[in-house]
Amino acid sequence: MQIYLPIAEVAVNAFTVLGLGGLVGLLSGLFGVGGGFLITPLLFFIGIPPMVAVATGANQVVASSVSGVLAQFKRKAVDVPMGLVLLVGGLLGSALGVWVFNILARLGQIDLAVQLAYVLLLGSIGVLMFQESLRAMNRARKATKPVKRHQHIWVHRLPFKIKFRASGLYISVIPPILVGLVVGVLAAIMGVGGGFIMVPAMIYLLGMPTKVVIGTSLFQIIFTAAFTTLLHAITNQSVDVMLALVLIIGGVVGAQIGSRMGARLKAEQLRILLALLVLAVAGKIALDLLLRPAELYSLTAGTGA
Amino acid sequence: MIRALALLLCLALPARAEEVVAGLSRDNIGITASFDGSEILIYGAVKRFEALPEGPPLEVIVTLEGPSAGVTIRRKSREAGIWVNTESVGIAAAPTFYAVATSGPIGQILTPEEDVTQRISVPLAVRAFAGPLAVDDTRPFTEALVRIREAEGLYSLAEGHVTLVEDTLFRADFRLPANLIEGDYKTRIFLLRGGRVVDQHRAAIYVRKVGVERWLYVTSREQPALYGLIALVLAVFAGWAAAAVFRLIRN
Repeated sequence: MQIYLPIAEVAVNAFTVLGLGGLVGLLSGLFGVGGGFLITPLLFFIGIPPMVAVATGANQVVASSVSGVLAQFKRKAVDVPMGLVLLVGGLLGSALGVWVFNILARLGQIDLAVQLAYVLLLGSIGVLMFQESLRAMNRARKATKPVKRHQHIWVHRLPFKIKFRASGLYISVIPPILVGLVVGVLAAIMGVGGGFIMVPAMIYLLGMPTKVVIGTSLFQIIFTAAFTTLLHAITNQSVDVMLALVLIIGGVVGAQIGSRMGARLKAEQLRILLALLVLAVAGKIALDLLLRPAELYSLTAGTGA
Repeated sequence: MIRALALLLCLALPARAEEVVAGLSRDNIGITASFDGSEILIYGAVKRFEALPEGPPLEVIVTLEGPSAGVTIRRKSREAGIWVNTESVGIAAAPTFYAVATSGPIGQILTPEEDVTQRISVPLAVRAFAGPLAVDDTRPFTEALVRIREAEGLYSLAEGHVTLVEDTLFRADFRLPANLIEGDYKTRIFLLRGGRVVDQHRAAIYVRKVGVERWLYVTSREQPALYGLIALVLAVFAGWAAAAVFRLIRN
């Protein structure tokens, strides 16, 4: 069944998109990430124009995060004050990101920027996660001493300290705002929620306990992604509601199946799988940049004047 | 001067001898959510005021052209080990869709001069460059434009796809692809003899998004803030509904 997308102005197979949404939802349910980092490249692959893919990806992230955060609220695993502080940075970051996105689109370098961002970020995060989960598996096997949680580094010496009860932290608001800012910029440029950057940053930079990390990150991402969607809709009119709707339907179903499957697997195994997946996506995009493309020329609507 | 006029008259006279009368299977195409391309049949007949002329056989070329839009063609080259867009050429107006059907090999039935004046063959459909040119040779860029659009099924040349019966009746079938842009599509029908156009006929086909598609498109352009909010409300509702349904299933 073909479906004509009014903004992208292409017809795609509805089941393909439903399947993509489902696959990404499945992974997001399994690993607790928004899945935006997968959906955007997959949309490029089925022929959606990059701008529409990025903007619509942000819209899809809103839906999957809302779905996810409701479950986390039930478990009391959301640190709302921390989420709000991250959000302040996040909103600034997305405004900055959409601005940069539009400049790059005009210069014809948006594809490159998005691809480079994917390779660098996914590559480094994938490697970090892979090492970390290997170490965690070794630790679990040897059952040695647990890791110390409250490590006092330079981050804890900054001013404007606030108590974050749910996280059991008393730290300055500056690091969370900066983390939010960086994730916001990336979210806008890459069409991702940024969960895969936010989660490690919260654990390793802010020292938050793992149990509140996913809920808080999802809580914050809802607003950042919503703001990004709105900005893309207003500044470059590239959000395709029809495409988003089909993706969302596939995604929410997939996410529910994924979270059931996830409950049966061990955390370390999940992390290694996620790390491998992230590395595979990064590797694929890196190859596209390094190998000579089959078609050296590309077309963009408008004369860029 | 008089001699030139006489020559012109001589050339023009046989043109009046044959006229094209044509029809379209439909002059209106609505793009709905389930739009999956469309078929267009262009048919017609040759009206004659005299006996069938001697000489070269009658040939027919039918073109179907979509609305024109600006396009930028970019070329990648290898910079510091990675492939980056470097040079670009802007084209002010290139048809978003262009299909040509002929009754025979285009090189044989149409002279190059006539092709240039009428802009019939696919490479000639690409027009004016936009702004100052930053590259020395634009030919590879326009060739790439035609090549890419041909691969996407947007530009095509179908030689021998106009069926001509008894030098009088003709028909051409066009398949419009699913990735169609809305706008006014122009059809042109040329009657040719000995490589020269003896008569032509034009008609328009209106392609419009209809229903939800139209509404969404118009809203996204005219009230982008409202459109963005609709997109968000849909997403939030879908997320909430999914969680709620799943909770119901669990309990």
